[in-house]
Amino acid sequence: MQFEIEVNDEHVIARRGETIKNVLDRIGVKVPTLCHINGFTPTGNCRLCVVEVDGLPGLVPSCSHPVEEWMKIRTHTPRVLKARKTLVELLLAGHPNDCLYCEKNGRCELQELSYEMQIRERKYQSRRIPVQIDKACPSIERDPAKCILCERCIRVCNEMIGVGAIEIIGRGSESRIGTTYNKGLNTNACVKCGQCITVCPTGALIEKTAIHTVLEALNNPRLYPVVQFSPTLPAAIAEEFNLKSTKDVLNIVRAAMKKMGFRQVFDISMAADLTLMEEAAEIAERIRTQEGLPFFTSCCPSWVRYVEELKPVYLSSLSTTRSPQQIMGRMIKQYITTSAGQKAEDVFVVSAMPCTAKKEEAGKDFIKDTQVPFVDAVLTNREIIKLIHLMGIDFSFLEPEPEDSAFSIRSSSGKLFGMAGGHLEGLIRTLHFQMTGQEMNPLKIQDLRGLKTRKEARIKIGKQIINVVSVSGLAHAKHLLEEIEAGRREIHIVEVMACPYGCLNGGGQRQGADEKSLKSRMKILYDIDEEEIIKAAHKNPTITGLYENFLGKPNNDRDREFLHVSRVARQEK
Amino acid sequence: MQQDDIMEQLLLDLFSKYPAGKKEGLIPILQEIQEEKGSLTGEILTAVAQHLELPVNKVYGVAAFYNQFLFRPHGAFHIQVCDGTGCHLGGSVSLLTAVEKFLKIKAGNTSRDGQFSLEAVPCMGACDQSPVISINGERYPRINEEELRKIIGVIKEKKV
Repeated sequence: MQFEIEVNDEHVIARRGETIKNVLDRIGVKVPTLCHINGFTPTGNCRLCVVEVDGLPGLVPSCSHPVEEWMKIRTHTPRVLKARKTLVELLLAGHPNDCLYCEKNGRCELQELSYEMQIRERKYQSRRIPVQIDKACPSIERDPAKCILCERCIRVCNEMIGVGAIEIIGRGSESRIGTTYNKGLNTNACVKCGQCITVCPTGALIEKTAIHTVLEALNNPRLYPVVQFSPTLPAAIAEEFNLKSTKDVLNIVRAAMKKMGFRQVFDISMAADLTLMEEAAEIAERIRTQEGLPFFTSCCPSWVRYVEELKPVYLSSLSTTRSPQQIMGRMIKQYITTSAGQKAEDVFVVSAMPCTAKKEEAGKDFIKDTQVPFVDAVLTNREIIKLIHLMGIDFSFLEPEPEDSAFSIRSSSGKLFGMAGGHLEGLIRTLHFQMTGQEMNPLKIQDLRGLKTRKEARIKIGKQIINVVSVSGLAHAKHLLEEIEAGRREIHIVEVMACPYGCLNGGGQRQGADEKSLKSRMKILYDIDEEEIIKAAHKNPTITGLYENFLGKPNNDRDREFLHVSRVARQEK
Repeated sequence: MQQDDIMEQLLLDLFSKYPAGKKEGLIPILQEIQEEKGSLTGEILTAVAQHLELPVNKVYGVAAFYNQFLFRPHGAFHIQVCDGTGCHLGGSVSLLTAVEKFLKIKAGNTSRDGQFSLEAVPCMGACDQSPVISINGERYPRINEEELRKIIGVIKEKKV
């Protein structure tokens, strides 16, 4: 039902069931908020979105107050502005005075509001409870002193990820965001996806940075630093530096990396092709024997951790194939030790990822005989952008650098890993070929595209119908698992991405991305697929060459250490 | 070992009483465990969380909200100092600091030998007797620092 209300003396249309903020957003009236996230339960915690409504005694929070027919709303009266200013001043009362040394300096929502509201001094001073920074986790650092209790992280963790790794502990002025018995995020159920980082309005949640380690490696003459980057990086860099997202961006990114001192630059998509080959062979085998179905993909480390920690019954259904990052790291070490005559321990592999969980994953795998890790350091896209700024790289002076390294030939299937549904699309192309010996036609699967958290498709391969599901946002994966437990049997393949819409919205990406930028990141990857000649993993000559000369057949015993992993359950104590 | 068995039996009983996956059972379950065991440990919280299909942190968060749930058991002598409005004005804060000094424990903690625990509580509903304290449920009305020292001294003597 629609009706008319008044906002700042103008008549606007509102719908029953909307909140006041929904209406304001639609008509372009901006009210500040530190706690609200679109699409999540409104809580009215920060109260910065308060507005004046004629006839109501107090100010009401627009994010949680439903709109009604009789309302006359004023959004920026002196009374409202004064209340907002006081609220920010009160939030600052217990806030550490260390903006200059804070990771979020310049990108902090609290800082921005403090500036907007002309706060020039600390008006209130409150008692500060001493708190410890949780530094032990390889992916995420949490500093409760900077927390303003907006609870965004809790809502994302509960409603989108379905893990509940953090919670409000205590009551009243003593309440804080914490964990059971104050244990660190490294030992509790946290899956390290980093979605909490992308919503945190202050510097309370940040990634554990590897910039110093990487800088040291770049300047250590003994080491041979190389970098591998994910399909999401070019779009991230294009966004940050206002470059046109054309094919050339990739080559400019490559040039930038070389300028920073990386000896060789690798595109992880090649390893994604290997992952696809192995997974397709695994699936073909499982479909033949009708065991271990549904098959779950395992390239998302947060999802793997989720299964290990909370749903160990599904461990045997997970693919045993390593993730592209780990395979690529292993391949690079092997390749450089043989081709460039470097020792395995001197090759320093850095990966640039849209993901914080990859930092944890990198610490898991070591080469058997030398005990050298597959990947030495992981930078999030945010960090790599920071490094580019730090090293003074000016894109307008860079000449695009052509692909020169080994492994530079990759199919566009590998590129599609960057978004939910894309991994499946690439997988089906290769599966179709492995099962029937023929190419799929047409390649495009429309049901698996678009900005949705659940996508389902029925695909005909030979005489068989294969049912596939893509879920993104672990909470949605949880719902799917419940359906399976309740008796849903027809699904063959499930692709799970922990972050909503996949890696393009990963925990290591720029904060506060809106739907528009997510769509444009998605489009870039689909455009690459459109233009690419080699569209499937099994058509990639590097891959076929590798199998012929080195790896044997997909999913055999010879390449076990390289490409596969054995999994164990872990349990929160 | 025996202790574990008793605990396990208690949990089994509770889990058959309160259906799995129904979160409204959380507080009653915690209350019964608290009543029976005197405190909530990590293993118990994990077991309850699994039964109710809730994150462990959620269970901990709820338990941490209420004063009635303890993560460490009370001492043999549990001293509660009322800090309601009446007692606060009657000088409960200096009483509390006196006990803290005397027993060498902070409010909210239990002494290492398990003898004493100290807690500041909101109004006990005995404002006419302010300032009031309670030791193992027995109330001591209109108390001052000197008397309190004496009482605790007596208890210390008959230490269990």
